Amino acid sequence: MSENRYSEPVVELKHVSFAYHGTPVLEDVNLTVEHRDFLSVVGPNGGGKTTILKLILGLIKPAAGTVRLFGASPEKTRHRIGYMPQYTSLDPLFPVSVLDVVLMGRLRKGMNLWGYSKSDRLCAEEALDKVEMAHLRERPFFQLSGGQFQRVLLARALVSDPDLLLLDEPTSNVDAAIETGLYELLHRLNEKLTIILVTHDLGFVSHYVDKVACVNRRLLTHPTCEITGEMISAVYGSHVHMIRHDAKERDGVFS
Amino acid sequence: MTEFISDLARFSFLRYALLAGFLVSIACGIMGSYVVARRISYIAGAIAHSVLGGMGAARYGEVVYGLSWLHPLLGAITAALISALIIGLVSLRAREREDTVIGAVWAIGMAVGILFIFKTPGYNENLMSYLFGNILMVSREDLWLTAGLNLLILVTGLVFYRQFLAVCFDEEFALLRGLRVQAYYLLLLCLIALTIVLLVGVVGIIMVIALLTLPAATASYFSRRLWQMMGLSVVFSILFTSGGLALSYAPGLPAGATIIIFAGVVYLLVAAVSSALGGRRFIA
Repeated sequence: MSENRYSEPVVELKHVSFAYHGTPVLEDVNLTVEHRDFLSVVGPNGGGKTTILKLILGLIKPAAGTVRLFGASPEKTRHRIGYMPQYTSLDPLFPVSVLDVVLMGRLRKGMNLWGYSKSDRLCAEEALDKVEMAHLRERPFFQLSGGQFQRVLLARALVSDPDLLLLDEPTSNVDAAIETGLYELLHRLNEKLTIILVTHDLGFVSHYVDKVACVNRRLLTHPTCEITGEMISAVYGSHVHMIRHDAKERDGVFS
Repeated sequence: MTEFISDLARFSFLRYALLAGFLVSIACGIMGSYVVARRISYIAGAIAHSVLGGMGAARYGEVVYGLSWLHPLLGAITAALISALIIGLVSLRAREREDTVIGAVWAIGMAVGILFIFKTPGYNENLMSYLFGNILMVSREDLWLTAGLNLLILVTGLVFYRQFLAVCFDEEFALLRGLRVQAYYLLLLCLIALTIVLLVGVVGIIMVIALLTLPAATASYFSRRLWQMMGLSVVFSILFTSGGLALSYAPGLPAGATIIIFAGVVYLLVAAVSSALGGRRFIA
Protein backbone atom coordinates (compact mmCIF):
# COMPACT_ATOMS: atom_id res chain seq x y z
CA MET A 1 0.00 0.00 0.00
CA SER A 2 1.70 3.18 -1.15
CA GLU A 3 1.38 6.39 0.78
CA ASN A 4 -0.21 8.31 -2.07
CA ARG A 5 -3.12 5.92 -1.91
CA TYR A 6 -4.10 7.93 1.14
CA SER A 7 -2.98 11.38 0.05
CA GLU A 8 -6.61 12.35 -0.51
CA PRO A 9 -9.06 12.40 2.36
CA VAL A 10 -11.05 9.16 2.52
CA VAL A 11 -14.34 11.04 2.54
CA GLU A 12 -14.90 14.70 1.82
CA LEU A 13 -18.31 16.38 1.90
CA LYS A 14 -18.30 20.07 0.95
CA HIS A 15 -21.36 22.28 1.43
CA VAL A 16 -23.64 19.31 0.85
CA SER A 17 -27.40 19.73 0.95
CA PHE A 18 -30.08 17.14 0.34
CA ALA A 19 -33.86 17.16 0.39
CA TYR A 20 -36.49 14.42 0.13
CA HIS A 21 -39.56 15.68 -1.74
CA GLY A 22 -38.82 19.28 -0.83
CA THR A 23 -38.15 18.60 2.86
CA PRO A 24 -34.53 19.50 3.64
CA VAL A 25 -32.69 16.62 5.31
CA LEU A 26 -29.16 17.98 5.19
CA GLU A 27 -28.06 21.58 4.91
CA ASP A 28 -24.56 22.83 4.17
CA VAL A 29 -22.82 19.77 5.56
CA ASN A 30 -19.03 19.69 5.63
CA LEU A 31 -17.16 16.61 6.68
CA THR A 32 -13.63 15.35 6.16
CA VAL A 33 -12.58 11.85 7.13
CA GLU A 34 -8.88 11.09 7.00
CA HIS A 35 -7.10 7.76 6.68
CA ARG A 36 -7.42 5.65 9.86
CA ASP A 37 -10.02 7.88 11.42
CA PHE A 38 -12.66 6.18 13.53
CA LEU A 39 -15.69 8.37 13.10
CA SER A 40 -19.05 7.84 14.70
CA VAL A 41 -22.00 9.58 13.08
CA VAL A 42 -24.71 10.09 15.68
CA GLY A 43 -27.99 11.91 15.82
CA PRO A 44 -31.69 11.42 16.30
CA ASN A 45 -33.73 9.24 13.92
CA GLY A 46 -34.69 11.24 10.86
CA GLY A 47 -31.78 13.59 11.48
CA GLY A 48 -30.02 12.62 8.24
CA LYS A 49 -27.54 9.92 9.32
CA THR A 50 -28.70 7.43 6.71
CA THR A 51 -28.70 10.15 4.06
CA ILE A 52 -25.03 10.91 4.75
CA LEU A 53 -24.25 7.24 4.47
CA LYS A 54 -26.10 6.93 1.15
CA LEU A 55 -24.29 9.99 -0.17
CA ILE A 56 -20.93 8.46 0.71
CA LEU A 57 -21.98 5.20 -0.98
CA GLY A 58 -23.05 7.12 -4.07
CA LEU A 59 -26.58 5.71 -3.88
CA ILE A 60 -28.00 9.24 -3.98
CA LYS A 61 -26.61 12.51 -5.29
CA PRO A 62 -26.49 15.75 -3.30
CA ALA A 63 -28.84 18.58 -4.30
CA ALA A 64 -25.93 20.96 -3.77
CA GLY A 65 -22.27 20.59 -2.87
CA THR A 66 -19.82 17.80 -3.61
CA VAL A 67 -19.16 14.34 -2.23
CA ARG A 68 -15.72 12.84 -2.82
CA LEU A 69 -14.70 9.34 -1.87
CA PHE A 70 -10.96 8.65 -2.09
CA GLY A 71 -10.71 11.84 -4.13
CA ALA A 72 -13.18 10.74 -6.80
CA SER A 73 -16.92 10.43 -7.28
CA PRO A 74 -18.33 7.65 -5.07
CA GLU A 75 -19.59 5.51 -7.99
CA LYS A 76 -16.00 5.09 -9.16
CA THR A 77 -14.41 4.30 -5.82
CA ARG A 78 -17.12 2.71 -3.71
CA HIS A 79 -15.79 -0.78 -4.39
CA ARG A 80 -13.10 0.17 -1.86
CA ILE A 81 -15.78 0.38 0.84
CA GLY A 82 -16.66 -2.56 3.03
CA TYR A 83 -20.31 -1.92 3.78
CA MET A 84 -22.33 -3.46 6.57
CA PRO A 85 -26.04 -2.64 6.21
CA GLN A 86 -28.62 -2.56 8.96
CA TYR A 87 -29.55 -5.92 10.37
CA THR A 88 -33.23 -5.33 9.62
CA SER A 89 -32.72 -4.67 5.91
CA LEU A 90 -32.23 -8.39 5.21
CA ASP A 91 -34.66 -11.31 5.09
CA PRO A 92 -33.73 -13.62 8.00
CA LEU A 93 -35.42 -16.59 6.29
CA PHE A 94 -33.39 -16.34 3.09
CA PRO A 95 -31.85 -19.74 2.24
CA VAL A 96 -28.12 -18.95 2.44
CA SER A 97 -25.28 -20.27 4.54
CA VAL A 98 -22.80 -18.12 6.45
CA LEU A 99 -20.13 -18.84 3.83
CA ASP A 100 -22.53 -17.92 0.97
CA VAL A 101 -23.12 -14.52 2.52
CA VAL A 102 -19.44 -13.79 3.13
CA LEU A 103 -18.54 -14.82 -0.43
CA MET A 104 -20.93 -12.15 -1.75
CA GLY A 105 -18.30 -9.67 -0.60
CA ARG A 106 -15.99 -11.15 -3.27
CA LEU A 107 -18.40 -10.46 -6.11
CA ARG A 108 -17.03 -8.12 -8.73
CA LYS A 109 -17.69 -6.92 -12.23
CA GLY A 110 -17.08 -9.43 -14.99
CA MET A 111 -16.72 -12.44 -12.74
CA ASN A 112 -16.03 -15.63 -14.60
CA LEU A 113 -18.85 -18.06 -15.10
CA TRP A 114 -17.39 -20.73 -12.86
CA GLY A 115 -17.86 -18.61 -9.82
CA TYR A 116 -15.65 -18.01 -6.87
CA SER A 117 -11.98 -18.84 -7.09
CA LYS A 118 -9.85 -20.60 -4.53
CA SER A 119 -8.47 -17.27 -3.34
CA ASP A 120 -12.04 -15.96 -2.91
CA ARG A 121 -12.72 -18.90 -0.63
CA LEU A 122 -9.49 -18.40 1.30
CA CYS A 123 -10.33 -14.73 1.83
CA ALA A 124 -13.80 -15.70 3.03
CA GLU A 125 -12.32 -18.17 5.53
CA GLU A 126 -9.91 -15.52 6.71
CA ALA A 127 -12.66 -12.95 7.18
CA LEU A 128 -14.74 -15.51 9.11
CA ASP A 129 -11.70 -16.17 11.31
CA LYS A 130 -11.37 -12.46 12.06
CA VAL A 131 -14.92 -12.31 13.38
CA GLU A 132 -14.58 -15.73 15.08
CA MET A 133 -17.29 -17.34 13.00
CA ALA A 134 -15.27 -19.86 10.99
CA HIS A 135 -16.70 -22.82 12.88
CA LEU A 136 -20.23 -21.81 11.78
CA ARG A 137 -19.48 -21.44 8.07
CA GLU A 138 -22.07 -24.03 7.03
CA ARG A 139 -24.75 -22.71 9.38
CA PRO A 140 -27.86 -21.41 7.56
CA PHE A 141 -28.61 -17.75 8.06
CA PHE A 142 -31.94 -18.34 9.80
CA GLN A 143 -30.24 -20.29 12.61
CA LEU A 144 -27.97 -17.43 13.67
CA SER A 145 -28.37 -15.27 16.74
CA GLY A 146 -28.43 -11.49 16.44
CA GLY A 147 -24.76 -11.16 17.36
CA GLN A 148 -23.69 -13.91 14.94
CA PHE A 149 -25.75 -12.28 12.21
CA GLN A 150 -23.87 -9.00 12.72
CA ARG A 151 -20.53 -10.76 12.68
CA VAL A 152 -21.31 -12.47 9.38
CA LEU A 153 -22.26 -9.14 7.84
CA LEU A 154 -19.04 -7.65 9.18
CA ALA A 155 -17.05 -10.53 7.65
CA ARG A 156 -18.78 -9.87 4.32
CA ALA A 157 -17.75 -6.22 4.57
CA LEU A 158 -14.15 -7.20 5.36
CA VAL A 159 -13.68 -9.91 2.76
CA SER A 160 -13.09 -7.50 -0.13
CA ASP A 161 -10.06 -6.06 1.73
CA PRO A 162 -11.61 -2.58 1.91
CA ASP A 163 -9.90 0.71 2.72
CA LEU A 164 -12.99 2.07 4.46
CA LEU A 165 -15.47 0.25 6.66
CA LEU A 166 -18.93 1.75 6.69
CA LEU A 167 -21.25 0.33 9.33
CA ASP A 168 -24.94 1.17 9.65
CA GLU A 169 -26.27 0.60 13.18
CA PRO A 170 -23.96 -2.36 13.84
CA THR A 171 -25.12 -2.93 17.41
CA SER A 172 -28.88 -2.77 17.02
CA ASN A 173 -30.42 -5.97 18.39
CA VAL A 174 -27.32 -7.19 20.21
CA ASP A 175 -26.71 -7.27 23.93
CA ALA A 176 -24.09 -5.28 25.77
CA ALA A 177 -21.49 -8.07 25.90
CA ILE A 178 -21.60 -8.61 22.15
CA GLU A 179 -21.53 -4.87 21.62
CA THR A 180 -18.30 -4.63 23.59
CA GLY A 181 -16.82 -7.58 21.66
CA LEU A 182 -17.70 -5.97 18.37
CA TYR A 183 -16.11 -2.75 19.54
CA GLU A 184 -12.87 -4.48 20.50
CA LEU A 185 -12.80 -6.02 17.04
CA LEU A 186 -13.40 -2.70 15.29
CA HIS A 187 -10.67 -1.15 17.39
CA ARG A 188 -8.19 -3.78 16.16
CA LEU A 189 -9.33 -3.29 12.55
CA ASN A 190 -8.87 0.46 12.96
CA GLU A 191 -5.11 -0.10 13.08
CA LYS A 192 -5.25 -0.47 9.30
CA LEU A 193 -8.70 0.72 8.26
CA THR A 194 -10.70 3.88 8.28
CA ILE A 195 -14.04 3.28 9.98
CA ILE A 196 -17.27 5.24 9.79
CA LEU A 197 -20.05 4.06 12.01
CA VAL A 198 -23.63 5.28 12.00
CA THR A 199 -25.67 4.89 15.15
CA HIS A 200 -28.60 6.50 16.90
CA ASP A 201 -27.39 5.08 20.17
CA LEU A 202 -25.00 7.42 21.91
CA GLY A 203 -24.15 4.69 24.40
CA PHE A 204 -22.15 3.23 21.55
CA VAL A 205 -19.83 6.21 21.46
CA SER A 206 -17.10 4.68 23.55
CA HIS A 207 -13.50 5.65 24.04
CA TYR A 208 -12.50 3.79 20.85
CA VAL A 209 -14.08 6.37 18.61
CA ASP A 210 -11.81 9.29 17.93
CA LYS A 211 -14.25 11.62 16.20
CA VAL A 212 -17.95 12.17 16.58
CA ALA A 213 -20.16 13.85 14.01
CA CYS A 214 -23.55 14.94 15.31
CA VAL A 215 -26.15 15.13 12.55
CA ASN A 216 -29.49 16.80 12.83
CA ARG A 217 -30.03 18.44 9.45
CA ARG A 218 -26.74 20.21 10.06
CA LEU A 219 -23.56 18.40 10.91
CA LEU A 220 -21.36 19.34 13.83
CA THR A 221 -18.03 17.63 14.15
CA HIS A 222 -16.71 17.13 17.57
CA PRO A 223 -15.06 20.43 18.48
CA THR A 224 -18.24 22.18 17.42
CA CYS A 225 -20.23 19.77 19.57
CA GLU A 226 -18.15 20.86 22.49
CA ILE A 227 -18.92 24.51 21.92
CA THR A 228 -22.62 24.01 21.43
CA GLY A 229 -22.96 21.37 24.10
CA GLU A 230 -26.08 22.95 25.47
CA MET A 231 -27.82 22.67 22.13
CA ILE A 232 -26.81 19.03 21.77
CA SER A 233 -27.90 18.20 25.26
CA ALA A 234 -31.29 19.67 24.42
CA VAL A 235 -31.55 17.08 21.66
CA TYR A 236 -30.06 14.13 23.51
CA GLY A 237 -30.64 14.89 27.15
CA SER A 238 -28.10 13.42 29.53
CA HIS A 239 -26.40 11.27 26.87
CA VAL A 240 -24.14 14.13 25.94
CA HIS A 241 -22.18 13.45 29.10
CA MET A 242 -21.21 10.03 27.80
CA ILE A 243 -19.25 11.57 24.95
CA ARG A 244 -17.48 13.91 27.31
CA HIS A 245 -16.80 11.21 29.84
CA ASP A 246 -15.28 8.77 27.36
CA ALA A 247 -13.45 11.21 25.15
CA LYS A 248 -9.74 11.86 25.38
CA GLU A 249 -7.87 15.07 24.85
CA ARG A 250 -5.58 14.88 21.84
CA ASP A 251 -3.65 17.57 20.00
CA GLY A 252 -5.53 20.18 21.89
CA VAL A 253 -8.73 19.14 20.17
CA PHE A 254 -11.53 17.52 22.03
CA SER A 255 -11.57 14.24 20.19
CA MET B 1 -53.43 -45.49 -10.08
CA THR B 2 -52.92 -48.99 -11.57
CA GLU B 3 -55.13 -47.99 -14.49
CA PHE B 4 -52.86 -44.98 -15.07
CA ILE B 5 -49.76 -47.15 -15.10
CA SER B 6 -51.19 -49.76 -17.46
CA ASP B 7 -52.58 -47.09 -19.81
CA LEU B 8 -49.23 -45.35 -19.85
CA ALA B 9 -47.94 -48.07 -22.16
CA ARG B 10 -51.01 -47.84 -24.41
CA PHE B 11 -51.50 -44.10 -24.89
CA SER B 12 -48.82 -41.78 -26.17
CA PHE B 13 -50.73 -38.71 -24.89
CA LEU B 14 -50.24 -39.98 -21.34
CA ARG B 15 -46.53 -40.47 -21.87
CA TYR B 16 -46.27 -36.98 -23.37
CA ALA B 17 -48.15 -35.54 -20.42
CA LEU B 18 -45.87 -37.27 -17.95
CA LEU B 19 -42.77 -36.15 -19.84
CA ALA B 20 -44.07 -32.58 -20.03
CA GLY B 21 -44.55 -32.65 -16.27
CA PHE B 22 -40.95 -33.82 -15.80
CA LEU B 23 -39.56 -31.16 -18.11
CA VAL B 24 -41.42 -28.19 -16.67
CA SER B 25 -40.52 -29.34 -13.17
CA ILE B 26 -36.86 -28.53 -13.80
CA ALA B 27 -37.52 -24.90 -14.74
CA CYS B 28 -40.23 -24.69 -12.10
CA GLY B 29 -37.97 -25.87 -9.28
CA ILE B 30 -35.12 -23.52 -10.14
CA MET B 31 -37.08 -20.36 -10.90
CA GLY B 32 -39.69 -21.08 -8.25
CA SER B 33 -36.91 -21.08 -5.65
CA TYR B 34 -35.82 -17.60 -6.73
CA VAL B 35 -39.46 -16.46 -6.54
CA VAL B 36 -39.98 -17.84 -3.04
CA ALA B 37 -36.61 -16.70 -1.68
CA ARG B 38 -37.01 -13.19 -3.08
CA ARG B 39 -40.71 -13.13 -2.02
CA ILE B 40 -42.07 -12.02 -5.38
CA SER B 41 -44.89 -14.51 -5.94
CA TYR B 42 -47.31 -11.62 -6.47
CA ILE B 43 -45.15 -10.49 -9.41
CA ALA B 44 -45.29 -14.03 -10.77
CA GLY B 45 -49.07 -13.91 -10.36
CA ALA B 46 -49.37 -10.73 -12.40
CA ILE B 47 -47.14 -12.09 -15.16
CA ALA B 48 -49.17 -15.31 -15.27
CA HIS B 49 -52.51 -13.55 -15.64
CA SER B 50 -51.23 -11.10 -18.24
CA VAL B 51 -50.37 -14.12 -20.38
CA LEU B 52 -54.07 -14.42 -21.29
CA GLY B 53 -53.81 -11.12 -23.19
CA GLY B 54 -51.02 -12.46 -25.35
CA MET B 55 -52.70 -15.81 -25.94
CA GLY B 56 -56.01 -14.18 -26.82
CA ALA B 57 -54.39 -11.71 -29.21
CA ALA B 58 -52.35 -14.41 -30.95
CA ARG B 59 -55.36 -16.71 -31.29
CA TYR B 60 -57.37 -13.81 -32.72
CA GLY B 61 -54.67 -13.07 -35.30
CA GLU B 62 -54.45 -16.76 -36.15
CA VAL B 63 -58.20 -17.19 -36.73
CA VAL B 64 -59.26 -13.81 -38.11
CA TYR B 65 -56.21 -12.91 -40.21
CA GLY B 66 -55.08 -16.44 -40.96
CA LEU B 67 -51.64 -15.86 -39.49
CA SER B 68 -50.88 -19.52 -38.96
CA TRP B 69 -47.41 -18.79 -37.52
CA LEU B 70 -49.01 -16.79 -34.74
CA HIS B 71 -49.21 -19.59 -32.23
CA PRO B 72 -50.83 -18.69 -28.87
CA LEU B 73 -47.57 -19.75 -27.22
CA LEU B 74 -45.79 -16.94 -29.08
CA GLY B 75 -48.38 -14.50 -27.76
CA ALA B 76 -47.96 -15.91 -24.27
CA ILE B 77 -44.18 -15.49 -24.34
CA THR B 78 -44.46 -11.92 -25.64
CA ALA B 79 -47.05 -10.90 -23.06
CA ALA B 80 -45.12 -12.51 -20.21
CA LEU B 81 -41.85 -10.80 -21.16
CA ILE B 82 -43.51 -7.39 -21.60
CA SER B 83 -45.24 -7.70 -18.21
CA ALA B 84 -42.01 -8.80 -16.55
CA LEU B 85 -40.15 -5.79 -17.93
CA ILE B 86 -42.90 -3.31 -17.00
CA ILE B 87 -43.14 -4.60 -13.43
CA GLY B 88 -39.36 -4.89 -13.13
CA LEU B 89 -38.70 -1.34 -14.26
CA VAL B 90 -41.42 0.06 -12.03
CA SER B 91 -40.16 -1.84 -8.99
CA LEU B 92 -36.59 -0.69 -9.64
CA ARG B 93 -37.46 2.94 -10.29
CA ALA B 94 -40.53 3.81 -8.23
CA ARG B 95 -41.01 1.47 -5.34
CA GLU B 96 -43.90 3.21 -3.69
CA ARG B 97 -46.39 2.37 -6.47
CA GLU B 98 -45.16 -1.13 -7.22
CA ASP B 99 -48.23 -2.95 -5.91
CA THR B 100 -50.62 -0.80 -7.91
CA VAL B 101 -48.74 -1.48 -11.13
CA ILE B 102 -48.64 -5.20 -10.41
CA GLY B 103 -52.40 -5.21 -9.91
CA ALA B 104 -52.92 -3.20 -13.08
CA VAL B 105 -50.75 -5.50 -15.23
CA TRP B 106 -52.58 -8.48 -13.71
CA ALA B 107 -56.08 -7.24 -14.57
CA ILE B 108 -55.36 -5.41 -17.84
CA GLY B 109 -53.66 -8.50 -19.25
CA MET B 110 -56.73 -10.58 -18.48
CA ALA B 111 -59.10 -7.93 -19.83
CA VAL B 112 -57.22 -7.76 -23.14
CA GLY B 113 -57.36 -11.55 -23.39
CA ILE B 114 -61.10 -11.68 -22.70
CA LEU B 115 -61.84 -9.04 -25.35
CA PHE B 116 -59.82 -10.88 -28.01
CA ILE B 117 -61.36 -14.23 -27.13
CA PHE B 118 -64.84 -12.68 -27.22
CA LYS B 119 -64.14 -11.31 -30.71
CA THR B 120 -62.58 -14.51 -32.05
CA PRO B 121 -65.16 -16.41 -34.11
CA GLY B 122 -65.89 -20.06 -33.43
CA TYR B 123 -66.21 -22.17 -30.36
CA ASN B 124 -63.91 -20.94 -27.62
CA GLU B 125 -62.74 -24.14 -26.10
CA ASN B 126 -59.34 -22.45 -25.81
CA LEU B 127 -60.37 -20.16 -23.00
CA MET B 128 -60.86 -23.08 -20.65
CA SER B 129 -57.52 -24.66 -21.52
CA TYR B 130 -55.70 -21.34 -21.14
CA LEU B 131 -57.24 -20.79 -17.73
CA PHE B 132 -57.08 -24.33 -16.36
CA GLY B 133 -54.36 -26.01 -18.41
CA ASN B 134 -54.47 -29.12 -20.55
CA ILE B 135 -51.48 -31.29 -19.92
CA LEU B 136 -53.22 -34.22 -21.63
CA MET B 137 -53.26 -32.27 -24.91
CA VAL B 138 -49.47 -31.84 -25.05
CA SER B 139 -48.13 -32.71 -28.50
CA ARG B 140 -44.72 -33.91 -29.62
CA GLU B 141 -43.89 -30.38 -30.93
CA ASP B 142 -44.95 -28.88 -27.59
CA LEU B 143 -42.49 -31.20 -25.89
CA TRP B 144 -39.59 -30.06 -28.07
CA LEU B 145 -40.51 -26.44 -27.47
CA THR B 146 -40.76 -27.09 -23.74
CA ALA B 147 -37.39 -28.81 -23.76
CA GLY B 148 -35.81 -25.88 -25.61
CA LEU B 149 -37.20 -23.19 -23.29
CA ASN B 150 -36.30 -25.35 -20.35
CA LEU B 151 -32.70 -25.61 -21.44
CA LEU B 152 -32.49 -21.84 -21.87
CA ILE B 153 -33.90 -21.23 -18.39
CA LEU B 154 -31.74 -23.91 -16.81
CA VAL B 155 -28.46 -22.72 -18.31
CA THR B 156 -29.07 -19.01 -17.65
CA GLY B 157 -30.46 -19.65 -14.19
CA LEU B 158 -27.40 -21.65 -13.21
CA VAL B 159 -24.70 -19.62 -14.97
CA PHE B 160 -25.75 -16.47 -13.11
CA TYR B 161 -26.53 -18.29 -9.88
CA ARG B 162 -24.12 -16.23 -7.73
CA GLN B 163 -25.23 -12.95 -9.20
CA PHE B 164 -28.93 -13.76 -8.88
CA LEU B 165 -28.37 -14.97 -5.32
CA ALA B 166 -26.60 -11.74 -4.36
CA VAL B 167 -29.22 -9.55 -6.07
CA CYS B 168 -32.09 -11.43 -4.39
CA PHE B 169 -30.46 -11.45 -0.96
CA ASP B 170 -29.16 -7.88 -0.78
CA GLU B 171 -29.65 -5.71 -3.85
CA GLU B 172 -27.88 -2.69 -2.37
CA PHE B 173 -24.76 -4.62 -1.42
CA ALA B 174 -24.63 -6.25 -4.87
CA LEU B 175 -24.80 -2.79 -6.44
CA LEU B 176 -21.92 -1.58 -4.28
CA ARG B 177 -19.86 -4.57 -5.40
CA GLY B 178 -20.22 -3.27 -8.96
CA LEU B 179 -22.89 -5.71 -10.18
CA ARG B 180 -25.39 -4.47 -12.76
CA VAL B 181 -28.22 -5.11 -10.37
CA GLN B 182 -31.00 -3.74 -12.57
CA ALA B 183 -29.96 -5.86 -15.55
CA TYR B 184 -29.77 -9.01 -13.43
CA TYR B 185 -33.11 -8.34 -11.80
CA LEU B 186 -34.80 -7.82 -15.17
CA LEU B 187 -33.14 -10.94 -16.57
CA LEU B 188 -34.35 -12.92 -13.58
CA LEU B 189 -37.92 -11.66 -14.06
CA CYS B 190 -37.76 -12.58 -17.77
CA LEU B 191 -36.65 -16.11 -16.91
CA ILE B 192 -39.48 -16.33 -14.40
CA ALA B 193 -41.84 -15.13 -17.15
CA LEU B 194 -40.68 -17.89 -19.51
CA THR B 195 -41.09 -20.48 -16.75
CA ILE B 196 -44.63 -19.24 -16.18
CA VAL B 197 -45.43 -19.71 -19.88
CA LEU B 198 -44.23 -23.32 -19.62
CA LEU B 199 -46.33 -23.94 -16.51
CA VAL B 200 -49.45 -22.38 -18.05
CA GLY B 201 -49.56 -25.35 -20.42
CA VAL B 202 -49.69 -27.72 -17.46
CA VAL B 203 -51.98 -26.15 -14.87
CA GLY B 204 -53.33 -23.06 -16.65
CA ILE B 205 -53.06 -19.36 -15.91
CA ILE B 206 -55.08 -19.31 -12.73
CA MET B 207 -53.12 -21.99 -10.87
CA VAL B 208 -49.60 -21.19 -12.07
CA ILE B 209 -48.48 -19.31 -8.97
CA ALA B 210 -49.25 -22.35 -6.84
CA LEU B 211 -47.20 -24.72 -9.01
CA LEU B 212 -44.36 -22.20 -9.14
CA THR B 213 -44.20 -21.57 -5.41
CA LEU B 214 -45.51 -24.65 -3.55
CA PRO B 215 -42.64 -27.02 -4.46
CA ALA B 216 -40.06 -24.35 -3.54
CA ALA B 217 -41.90 -23.39 -0.36
CA THR B 218 -42.07 -27.07 0.65
CA ALA B 219 -38.39 -27.50 -0.19
CA SER B 220 -37.46 -24.47 1.93
CA TYR B 221 -38.29 -26.48 5.06
CA PHE B 222 -35.54 -28.95 4.17
CA SER B 223 -32.82 -26.67 2.79
CA ARG B 224 -30.00 -24.58 4.18
CA ARG B 225 -28.95 -23.02 0.92
CA LEU B 226 -30.61 -21.83 -2.26
CA TRP B 227 -29.17 -24.52 -4.54
CA GLN B 228 -30.38 -27.22 -2.16
CA MET B 229 -33.81 -25.63 -2.25
CA MET B 230 -33.69 -25.69 -6.06
CA GLY B 231 -32.76 -29.36 -6.27
CA LEU B 232 -35.38 -30.44 -3.76
CA SER B 233 -37.92 -28.19 -5.36
CA VAL B 234 -37.40 -29.93 -8.72
CA VAL B 235 -38.00 -33.27 -6.97
CA PHE B 236 -41.17 -32.02 -5.29
CA SER B 237 -42.37 -30.52 -8.54
CA ILE B 238 -41.92 -33.84 -10.37
CA LEU B 239 -43.71 -35.59 -7.53
CA PHE B 240 -46.63 -33.16 -7.64
CA THR B 241 -47.09 -33.11 -11.43
CA SER B 242 -46.77 -36.85 -12.02
CA GLY B 243 -48.62 -37.74 -8.81
CA GLY B 244 -51.43 -35.30 -9.58
CA LEU B 245 -51.67 -36.61 -13.12
CA ALA B 246 -51.86 -40.22 -11.92
CA LEU B 247 -54.43 -39.44 -9.21
CA SER B 248 -56.65 -37.53 -11.61
CA TYR B 249 -56.63 -40.15 -14.37
CA ALA B 250 -58.97 -42.95 -13.21
CA PRO B 251 -61.71 -40.70 -11.74
CA GLY B 252 -61.42 -38.42 -14.79
CA LEU B 253 -60.65 -35.29 -12.77
CA PRO B 254 -59.01 -32.19 -14.27
CA ALA B 255 -55.26 -32.88 -14.07
CA GLY B 256 -54.20 -29.27 -13.35
CA ALA B 257 -56.50 -28.86 -10.36
CA THR B 258 -55.53 -32.27 -8.98
CA ILE B 259 -51.82 -31.40 -9.24
CA ILE B 260 -52.38 -28.15 -7.34
CA ILE B 261 -54.44 -29.78 -4.59
CA PHE B 262 -51.83 -32.51 -4.17
CA ALA B 263 -49.07 -29.88 -3.93
CA GLY B 264 -51.11 -27.76 -1.56
CA VAL B 265 -51.89 -30.65 0.80
CA VAL B 266 -48.23 -31.69 1.00
CA TYR B 267 -47.11 -28.10 1.60
CA LEU B 268 -49.71 -27.50 4.30
CA LEU B 269 -48.79 -30.78 6.03
CA VAL B 270 -45.10 -29.90 6.09
CA ALA B 271 -45.87 -26.36 7.27
CA ALA B 272 -48.23 -27.65 9.97
CA VAL B 273 -45.72 -30.21 11.29
CA SER B 274 -42.98 -27.57 11.32
CA SER B 275 -45.22 -25.14 13.14
CA ALA B 276 -46.27 -27.79 15.67
CA LEU B 277 -42.58 -28.38 16.38
CA GLY B 278 -42.05 -24.71 17.15
CA GLY B 279 -41.24 -23.54 13.63
CA ARG B 280 -38.30 -25.84 13.13
CA ARG B 281 -36.74 -26.74 9.80
CA PHE B 282 -36.04 -30.34 8.91
CA ILE B 283 -32.35 -30.14 8.17
CA ALA B 284 -29.60 -32.42 9.33
